[in-house]
Amino acid sequence: MKLAKFLSVLCLVLAFQAAEAGPKIDHWLAPSGARVYFVENHGLPILDVQVDFAAGSAYDQPGKDGLASLVHALLDMGVQGMDEMQISNRLADLGALLAGGVGMDRASVSLRTLSADDKRIPALEIFRAILSSPQFPAAVFEREKARSVAALKEALTRPDTIASRAFWAAMYPGHTYGRYATPETVNGLQGADLVAFYRSHYTARRATVTIVGDVSRTQAEALAQQLSSDLPADAGAAALEVPELPAANEQRIDHPAAQAHVLIGLPALRRGDPDFFPLLVGNYSLGGGGFVSRLMKEVREKRGFAYSVYSYFLPLAQPGPFQIGLQTKKAQANDALKVTRDVLAGFLAQGPSKAELQAAKQNLVGSFPLRLDSNRKILENVSVIGFYGFPLDYLDRYTENVEKVTAAEIKAAFARHVKPENMVTVVVAGE
Amino acid sequence: MLYLKLIPFLLFLATPAVALANPFEQQLANGLRVIVKEDHRAPTVAHMVWYRAGSMDETNGTTGVAHLLEHMMFKGTPTTGAGEFSRLVAAAGGRDNAFTSKDYTAYFQQVPKQKLAQMMQLEADRMRHLTLDAKEFAQEIKVVMEERRLRTEDQPQALLGEQMGAMAFQAHPYRVPVIGWMNDLESMTVQDARNWYERWYVPNNAFVVIVGDVDHRAVFKLAEKYYGPLKPRALPARKPQDEPGQSGMRRLTVKAPADLPVVLMAYKVPVLRDVEKDVDPYALEMLASVLDGHEAARFSKSLIREQRLAVSAGVGYDATARGPGLFYLQGSPSEGRTRAELEAGFRAEITRIVKDGVDADELARARAQLVASQIYKLDSMFAQAMEIGQLETAGISYRQDKRIIEKLQSVSAEQVRAVAQNYLRDEQLTVAELDPQPLPQTPRVPSATPRH
Repeated sequence: MKLAKFLSVLCLVLAFQAAEAGPKIDHWLAPSGARVYFVENHGLPILDVQVDFAAGSAYDQPGKDGLASLVHALLDMGVQGMDEMQISNRLADLGALLAGGVGMDRASVSLRTLSADDKRIPALEIFRAILSSPQFPAAVFEREKARSVAALKEALTRPDTIASRAFWAAMYPGHTYGRYATPETVNGLQGADLVAFYRSHYTARRATVTIVGDVSRTQAEALAQQLSSDLPADAGAAALEVPELPAANEQRIDHPAAQAHVLIGLPALRRGDPDFFPLLVGNYSLGGGGFVSRLMKEVREKRGFAYSVYSYFLPLAQPGPFQIGLQTKKAQANDALKVTRDVLAGFLAQGPSKAELQAAKQNLVGSFPLRLDSNRKILENVSVIGFYGFPLDYLDRYTENVEKVTAAEIKAAFARHVKPENMVTVVVAGE
Repeated sequence: MLYLKLIPFLLFLATPAVALANPFEQQLANGLRVIVKEDHRAPTVAHMVWYRAGSMDETNGTTGVAHLLEHMMFKGTPTTGAGEFSRLVAAAGGRDNAFTSKDYTAYFQQVPKQKLAQMMQLEADRMRHLTLDAKEFAQEIKVVMEERRLRTEDQPQALLGEQMGAMAFQAHPYRVPVIGWMNDLESMTVQDARNWYERWYVPNNAFVVIVGDVDHRAVFKLAEKYYGPLKPRALPARKPQDEPGQSGMRRLTVKAPADLPVVLMAYKVPVLRDVEKDVDPYALEMLASVLDGHEAARFSKSLIREQRLAVSAGVGYDATARGPGLFYLQGSPSEGRTRAELEAGFRAEITRIVKDGVDADELARARAQLVASQIYKLDSMFAQAMEIGQLETAGISYRQDKRIIEKLQSVSAEQVRAVAQNYLRDEQLTVAELDPQPLPQTPRVPSATPRH
């Protein structure tokens, strides 16, 4: 016993020494009130800037679902002094790339530009205008509304979309995470809704600015202030409510597809929860570790039931889902569902084996450098750290936090977060 | 003394030459080429093995075998058990996968640099020593059929693309989908997989691409050690199977459960064969950029934003391929507009190019984007390795990558106009339409109210 303890302590010490540090992250508050995160990196003549706002689709008011996405889509379609064509043409002339997305919590807008002054400075000026003076022109709004409705109608014929929506609705009854845009809600949106949403959610206080690449600290400070100082004044928009856990239930939805889409899960994990590392490491063995997980072995390798089968935790500002998913031909949907449930029950009862735990740590620790081997990946990681307010040494301590997870902690964490009595199941196109 | 003094001088001279030589290349005695691009920005490496064998090398009745074999490559050798390959890569902190195309099959691992030797050992092992066990095959073919259901059978746009290929090409094996026809999968045997493996999985039909924080000399030594002992074997003759000329429009319709109609138009066009002499493939690339290179390019500006004829409209063209080329126009009409109207809208845009040419601004914009993209790609080791592999499988040296960019930059407005006129003609066109069908029993969209 003593020896075993000693050994594990030794392993920890070794792990600490082997632990790899993340990039050096500078952090400050811009005079505007925006939080800024900066990784200086002159390896390539590139600058990446991402601005994240607490303006994701979870902030859609009931009946106005789809608003957050449309606001985001229209940011670069007309600003003070430039119409949508001028914006796109100028960015293309500079070779700059504008990107972004809307998740549950976050609306992100990012710019990649060459760092040379003659490219960077004008590109940042356009970026500032996009964030600070979108005009939401009425004609553009009507057009984009129609495009959005067309895309939604198409998506609603797809078995994966139908399954995903039913799944979120079942997990989050009465909560904003469980609602989604429909053709009706989007058609009902007015221009004034866009302006109001923008003014209350695209504020400096709700923003984090992440800067990675070929600029100096002084330049980074200036550009963070430039991008955030003209944002709308903070009006104290509402925060997200805590969801209630659903009672276990199962839904079957007909569809002509050849394959059934199966989803199982529940609201499970909030960003910053101390159980994050036990759940991450445990889930690797259950269904997160690509080709080596239990689900992959039992569902795909042993039985040939599915091409893809997985499980993951999606931590959000409020508890985000734990989700298992697979697709299998109609006739064997029930068999595949049973195998999946057995695997989950077995894992909840026993936790990972010693060998599984070791394999999980080996991969998660060993692959750490791969999480950060490009500016793009550094940007992704640091923007999450900034948006959710993680400690600045989160990446530095990542491998250490993985290493110290025990099998008992995994079992206990799963027992706290993955309770069968709250688990919902959705099967679309089953038999 | 003189000798000693010379050495630092030589080193000094040699350094820039070394920098210019990156990527480095060596061919082993068994024919395997090893291409190493040093990139020291992060302590990781991408390791890829490319086989010049894709679905275009398949024969009737065994379509999909190239891709099936890709799956079987993870099912073990005498020294590495079934599933062990991925387990070892995962234990090394790595990520691995593989992909099959019409032209090639490629395998990759992204690992911390210390693990490169082990990856080379594993890849070398399965290059010649795959077990191809009948039981493993019987499970895996089911997985592949599920993959086909997931990615093709239940994806209206994929079905449309599959039918398009089968109609645009009648003789060339590009007519066959990479994943294979379902009935061929249903009747595939482990012997089909063995035949395929024996035919194509030899070092003289492969090349290795390594991009990352490595010293090329050390990598060449490792390559010699692991890949060197593998025996080459003569490859079967590859018949050209050239597609006969097309002399009239072809048209097909796919009906599938969906809501949005799709128009997919494909014109027969050339691809890059000779980096120095060719002109048209470069002009076609620039044409694609003028039509669909950014949000205000012609298709978006005219078809989506001004005329509101389409909710989406795009262009597809890949100038590097082993087989024949297609220049695709694809889009979905806006509500209330028809597929025929969108097709006419596409044609009108092409006619406008043929009649009025393209503006200097438009070409300058496409060039600016090209220059920037060359810098941006350096941010990803994986992307750099992919580029090398794709050029090489198409029979173009990766060493010509900069020359290709220069050639693209030198395309004139008249050359762009000329390719539109010469190739985007009805005689060379195949049109595929997705005719969306309502779901037989429209599922009730679940409401947001709780239901237990």
